[in-house]
Amino acid sequence: MSASESQFSGPNLKVRQRHLSNRAIVNLFIWPTLILLIAMNVFPLFYSLYLGFTNYSAIAGKAPVWVAFQNFSRILNDKNLWTYFATTGRYALMSVSLQVLVGFGLAMLVREKFKGGGILTTLILIPMMISPVVVGLFWKLMYNPTFGFFDPLIGFANPSKAPDWLASRFAGQPVPGLALLAVVIVDVWMWAPFVMLLVLSGLKAIPDYLYEAAAVDRASSWFQFWRITLPQVAPLLLIAVLFRTIEAFKSFDLVMGMTGGGPGVQTELISVDLYRIAFLGQFRTGYGSALAYIILIIIIAISNLYIKYLNQSKGEG
Amino acid sequence: MSTIELRQVEKKFGDLHAVKPLDLTIQDGEFIVLLGPSGCGKTTTLRMISGLETVSGGTIWLNGRNVTWLHPSARDIAFVFQFYALYPHLTVWRNIAFPLQAQGESRETVDKRVTEVAQLLRIEHLLGAHPGQLSGGDQQRVALARALVRRPAAFLMDEPLGALDADFRESMRSEIKRLHVLQHATTVYVTHDQIEAMAMGDRIVVMSEAAIQQIGTPSDVYNDPSNLFVARFIGSPGMNLVPGKYADRVVQMAGLDNRYAVPQGWHTALNKGLDGGSDIVVGFRPEAAQINDRGSLVGKVYASEMQGSSAVLHLTINENEIIHIRTDRLIPYPIDTLIHFDINPQMVRFFNPKTEAAIKPEVAQ
Repeated sequence: MSASESQFSGPNLKVRQRHLSNRAIVNLFIWPTLILLIAMNVFPLFYSLYLGFTNYSAIAGKAPVWVAFQNFSRILNDKNLWTYFATTGRYALMSVSLQVLVGFGLAMLVREKFKGGGILTTLILIPMMISPVVVGLFWKLMYNPTFGFFDPLIGFANPSKAPDWLASRFAGQPVPGLALLAVVIVDVWMWAPFVMLLVLSGLKAIPDYLYEAAAVDRASSWFQFWRITLPQVAPLLLIAVLFRTIEAFKSFDLVMGMTGGGPGVQTELISVDLYRIAFLGQFRTGYGSALAYIILIIIIAISNLYIKYLNQSKGEG
Repeated sequence: MSTIELRQVEKKFGDLHAVKPLDLTIQDGEFIVLLGPSGCGKTTTLRMISGLETVSGGTIWLNGRNVTWLHPSARDIAFVFQFYALYPHLTVWRNIAFPLQAQGESRETVDKRVTEVAQLLRIEHLLGAHPGQLSGGDQQRVALARALVRRPAAFLMDEPLGALDADFRESMRSEIKRLHVLQHATTVYVTHDQIEAMAMGDRIVVMSEAAIQQIGTPSDVYNDPSNLFVARFIGSPGMNLVPGKYADRVVQMAGLDNRYAVPQGWHTALNKGLDGGSDIVVGFRPEAAQINDRGSLVGKVYASEMQGSSAVLHLTINENEIIHIRTDRLIPYPIDTLIHFDINPQMVRFFNPKTEAAIKPEVAQ
């Protein structure tokens, strides 16, 4: 017994000694990640919080001067910024609700088994994979009233009587909100597939026997949708809504690429304005940091609201 | 209140028959059990009656109405699934109310009917819970309540007790039987458990290999199995089936020199039923054997099994045949003792091994 043991443990010990110990391997994997995380995320996070209480400017070449809550009080009293917040809220509401409607519809469609369904699903997912800046530039071309093909596509053949989306004009007359709607349309085009993907995985997880039971229980398709499909998909749908809302509040690249906030301030989302304050010409780093923190707090508040609902709907299931 | 009639109903998957064309008429208020091993087509048959599965041929008549191609919701049937199929996100109350609300019944009617049926099944205290919080037995009670609440023309049950623990199964068995007696609703019940089938069915439809083997009362299928499959499948242990050669009113069984004198009333039937051949199978239930020192048959004790109220002796009668006989539980039988026994002449049955069919006696016994 002991002879066979030494036979087996002997070589094993040697092998272990030649290699790194488990502990060393663990450290080797964890520390580079941790250092990167601290350098790129944790430090900037707290440093920007500090900068929010100073009048620092990244190009001034002067050390930050502590101004306490001055930045925050100025932001909270700035009427323009509240307008941009409201625009962002409108944008998020329209964009997310349309994405849910379109995404859910697409998921219900793709869920049915039909020839070419797999390819269609893949095709639908493509917009999601394109860089938002590229999408913005593409759509800028498509929205162009003279040579873009979006207007002809939706039935406006004559450029002089067609909407000029990004200029918020319709047949020469200003229509406020048209530019924001144009950005919303692109965002929906790009991200409805994401909602579809999540909803689809929710739909596929619903067991067939629930629909069989409902069929026997004489439930109409409409009743089945409201009583079975929707509640069963609700947790995943809420996750999709959560992600999309956060993204909508941070939305920057698409708008910047398409309108740059214009015309006027019609599509000036809060992130776009933040970019303007922190970098474009102004370089008010301290003020920008304070604004970034206020946006962060709002996003966290909204997320928590959703997560509360999410936990509730999970508790019922 | 309704009758169910299947005329030449069949189900094919490709070239394979899941259910070969079958005829079955179920009377109003009858409790019919579809019994058979897994894969015999019993569940498919039930699902075709419900409309959850389409038929490949034949017609289904509910109360004289041809429902073959009607959607399940248009058939006025209730289906109880093996794994309950409760709506997991709805409370018990809402689960039971579902079929009523789907029909747009008024709030008062729904309230009243749900309360009624919850009382009937004694689940009033569970109405606020979610299905996931309930035991298997309670989940099945909820599923039954959901089926009952609509007062459907017929109940279809697909192994409703299959997923339950043994002790739950027995109490639910009597509950379902009691509900059936109270409601007097036509019920088709699928199971692979022959004890359940015997206990519950007014009539049993024994199925195997996609076809009906026998339709009859529990006593019919137990006492007069129509073929070797039914004889083996029904009863626990099944019928003893001993092969032998028939000649001159005597069956010569293999091994231990067992010669069995065929009782009166069978001779012409055997001559006819064997169709000139001599191969025969003698069948008798364990309780048909009577131990008797001067018995004409002999076997050697292989094992004995205490079953509570009685004991079962396993006897070898040749190298590879073991038969089972029921004996008094008080008398010990040591292993390898030779036991002499007779077969109650009223309870012996004969089968033709070539056709596997039972041979019918000349006079009804």
